[in-house]
Amino acid sequence: MLIAKVIGTTISTIKDEKLVGRKLLILRQTDETGTSYGKPYVAVDTLDAGIGDLVLTAHGSGGRQTYLTKNSPVDAVIMAVIDHLEVGGEVVYRKE
Amino acid sequence: MHIAKVIGTTISTIKDEKVRGSKLLILRQTNETGEFVGKPYVAVDLVDAGEGDLVLSGHGSSARQTYQTKDCPVDAVVIAVIDHLEVDGEVVFRKT
Repeated sequence: MLIAKVIGTTISTIKDEKLVGRKLLILRQTDETGTSYGKPYVAVDTLDAGIGDLVLTAHGSGGRQTYLTKNSPVDAVIMAVIDHLEVGGEVVYRKE
Repeated sequence: MHIAKVIGTTISTIKDEKVRGSKLLILRQTNETGEFVGKPYVAVDLVDAGEGDLVLSGHGSSARQTYQTKDCPVDAVVIAVIDHLEVDGEVVFRKT
């Protein structure tokens, strides 16, 4: 899984029927302290995450193991919203 | 599988129901002597690893071949804690 920050939303009318009603968020990977890097990607949100949240995303076939994404044409899913991150015994990120 | 070092923990209240109760560790891949290479990622811990431990992580659909992660939205799992690493007949890492 990757740690990522929610940076936006995608809205589309014409999409595969299995994706109708699914929330598609734009994310950017972060390091263990919550600092963003790399290119943005899109994942299905099953947990009602919001912009600015730090989340965990599962990729590949792992992205199709939730009830909402089973047998859907998706390759990334948000499977946890992070409350806080601990590194070296210290809290380096805490959800506001 | 990757050799990786445990660098931290993620705590989240809102998560997919199938990963409730799973310990999610932050790892960073290392080379064969235990030096960091690459970026952090998160894996389900099945072997009660601790911060600072060198571990092996399984990725992709292989990560769902354990009893605890079957059909779960995960793509990485800690499958072993490394005691020592031998390269060219020499011990290059030993767990302290």
